[in-house]
Amino acid sequence: MTTAISVSGLVKTFGQTRALDGLDLTVRTGEVHGFLGPNGAGKSTAIRVLLGLLRADSGTTTLLGGDPWRDATALHRRLAYVPGDVSLWPTLSGGEVIDLLGRLRGGLDKRRRAELLERFDLDPRKKGRTYSKGNRQKVALVAALASDVDLLILDEPTSGLDPLMESVFQECVAEERDRGRTVLLSSHILAEVETLCDRVSIIRAGRTVETGTLAELRHLTRTSITADLAGPPNGIADLPGVHDLRVEGNRVRFDVDTRELDGALRALSSSGVRSLTSQPPTLEELFLRHYQDESAVAR
Amino acid sequence: MSGLTGTGTLVRLALRRDRVILPIWTVLLGLIPASTVSAYEQLYPTAADRATLTAGTGSNPSVAVIYGPAYDLSTAGGFTAWRYGSFLALFVALMAIFTVTRHTRAEEDSGRLELLGSAVVGRFAALTAGVTVAAGTSVVIGLVAALGMIGAGLPAAGSVSLALGVAGAGLVFTAIAGVAAQLTEYSRSANGLATGALGVAFLLRAIGDSTPSANWVSWLSPLAWGQLGKPFVAEKWWVFPMAVVVAIAVGTLAYRLVPLRDLGAGLFPARLGPAGAPPSLSSPLGLAWRLQRGALIGWTIGLVVVGAVFGSIASGITALIGNSDQVREIFAKMGGAQGLVDAYLGAIAGVFGMVVAVYSVQAALRMRTEETAVRTEPVLATAVSRFGWLASHLVFALLGPLVLLTGAGVAAGAAHGLRAGGLATQVGHALGGTLAQLPAVWVVASTATLLFGLLPRVSVPASWAVVGVVLVIALFGPVIGLSQVILDVSPFAHVPKLPGAVFTWTPLVWLTAVAVVGVGAGVTAFRHRDIG
Repeated sequence: MTTAISVSGLVKTFGQTRALDGLDLTVRTGEVHGFLGPNGAGKSTAIRVLLGLLRADSGTTTLLGGDPWRDATALHRRLAYVPGDVSLWPTLSGGEVIDLLGRLRGGLDKRRRAELLERFDLDPRKKGRTYSKGNRQKVALVAALASDVDLLILDEPTSGLDPLMESVFQECVAEERDRGRTVLLSSHILAEVETLCDRVSIIRAGRTVETGTLAELRHLTRTSITADLAGPPNGIADLPGVHDLRVEGNRVRFDVDTRELDGALRALSSSGVRSLTSQPPTLEELFLRHYQDESAVAR
Repeated sequence: MSGLTGTGTLVRLALRRDRVILPIWTVLLGLIPASTVSAYEQLYPTAADRATLTAGTGSNPSVAVIYGPAYDLSTAGGFTAWRYGSFLALFVALMAIFTVTRHTRAEEDSGRLELLGSAVVGRFAALTAGVTVAAGTSVVIGLVAALGMIGAGLPAAGSVSLALGVAGAGLVFTAIAGVAAQLTEYSRSANGLATGALGVAFLLRAIGDSTPSANWVSWLSPLAWGQLGKPFVAEKWWVFPMAVVVAIAVGTLAYRLVPLRDLGAGLFPARLGPAGAPPSLSSPLGLAWRLQRGALIGWTIGLVVVGAVFGSIASGITALIGNSDQVREIFAKMGGAQGLVDAYLGAIAGVFGMVVAVYSVQAALRMRTEETAVRTEPVLATAVSRFGWLASHLVFALLGPLVLLTGAGVAAGAAHGLRAGGLATQVGHALGGTLAQLPAVWVVASTATLLFGLLPRVSVPASWAVVGVVLVIALFGPVIGLSQVILDVSPFAHVPKLPGAVFTWTPLVWLTAVAVVGVGAGVTAFRHRDIG
């Protein structure tokens, strides 16, 4: 099987709210897939449908070759889930929760458990209530990472972790990928996604707006250009993919879609280039653009 | 910033959150005493009826265990004070405990108070707000009760005295709940601690009121003070100020404790736990046992103790009143059947049944607590099926009552048998009486399960409303003369009052069938709904 998760046209409504509005998502077996979107975009809702906790209104969902609603228990033996906001039983110690969740999933690797506790610097003897948010997150992470499963579903797993622990987390996920496990990683943190993910899906208002490899997505970003020209700029305004053009005499500034970069440079050199500064595209811009579109829609 | 800054805002917030529940408590508890007056005139119209009542019930220590001392049953006022004095005090105290905990420890427990605490709220504001609302409601209930009784034609002095007694119990338990909220870290344990104190108060009152040689013990119980103030007989006006003084003293302790602890922490510190789970914690049932065992053990101990106390007084009945047919008839009217001791055992079995129903609903609603705290999701995201998870908690809601009723029945029968002789027979009789309640308890538990499956969002208040209706019908229905149709709404109305009554399977089979249908529908609904 080459597809671990396949979702198409997924719709889920809560009363008047349309939390998922035709979501598509494909996660290939063995990849780390980044699942990005602003708050309230429907990431957690989608994950909870994948876990069979919510029933979809329409659309098709296949998880590890099964139906997440109908085959929930059988599928759950093969996956581990870390929620974004981990809530622990106040009277159970962290170690007890790790063992409990591992056993309910069908067993966990004792050596790996001990090693993860060490790496995450987690005291398993403390009671649920006394852990900080970051430490509660660690409990869920250790329980998931120590389980012998095919698929890890992680919903913003590093919220509350300090930078040191975040890098431990990144190492762990990289190791999981090297073992051939599939990871669906919902995240807010771009650096994390850039480091870990093979492919990324960006969702907004319950729909998938971009999906592809990081290289493909970078291609969708814009490069900022500032140039001093020998003569007046020539036809740049009419080029496809040019945005926010400002002309001050012979000096031009503009952003250009990275795939149209070549055409823009030709147009510039036709006027003679004296100096040129270009700022390479960052993923961040891409996200900001989608996030801003989001707030524009909201307005 | 003073320690009280923001109290006014928190009081308004509390009143807004409680805008449904507090008026319900007030109307229900405030109007019950007034409604007894006409019932009394109907049930005991002549002086002769009242004399029999006084001679029989009034001097019976076993009845005093449940209702308190009867100083004068020849007037409607005296009857009201006897029948409801301690019960109203008990319920007002429960209201006070739940209200204080809801606005103090529960807020801290959920972390909401931290949000407020970082804003412009003083250290003592939450405690003061909770105490103000609970104490205020106690006083308002007293006021409504007094006005109601005066309106129904009872003497003003006695009405005010009885109402002050009821309000006083509310004030004292407001203060006790305030202390409990400082000691423990979780609202559940704060409620447990304060209701534990209430249970002790009820026991002290029961012992004092039913033991002529140790009447003074009643004075140790704030629940008894209302009746000890002798409303409608010879009012002692210093009793209410005494309650106020005790409330202030205990309340001061709560305020002293506040600065001694951190926000979110209790004075009893949390200890370290084991680094790994024991083998028992490997299944949904193992988890449910960890979550539910404390409540089950606590309730079992409580019911065994209360069962033994109630059982030990049973033999006293015949000795004290002889074998008058009239008295027997009156006791039958109070909710028992023929045969005085048997009737008494049957009546307390009925009380145990209703108390255990409260436990079963609490155990069933634990599922909703788990769900809203987002602790159900991680479990259901493992290989645990929805049915498996639900069943692990239903074991406690449905079989926990079996344990409790067995404990209460065996303890009552053994305590009675040790005094009256025939230990094995008595245990069998008492146990039969309590176990007959089980199907009725199951019906109540099944409504909570059904509500949890079908209407999760309202399941908590709706389930407690069901319990409330059943309790009100059973405790107050026969006396205020509700029609049989309404009385029959309560599943407990259909239980044969063993050991006195003739045993019939029919109602028990029907009740069990209703419970099975309810639980089945609840399970089905839960398996098809969204979680969260």
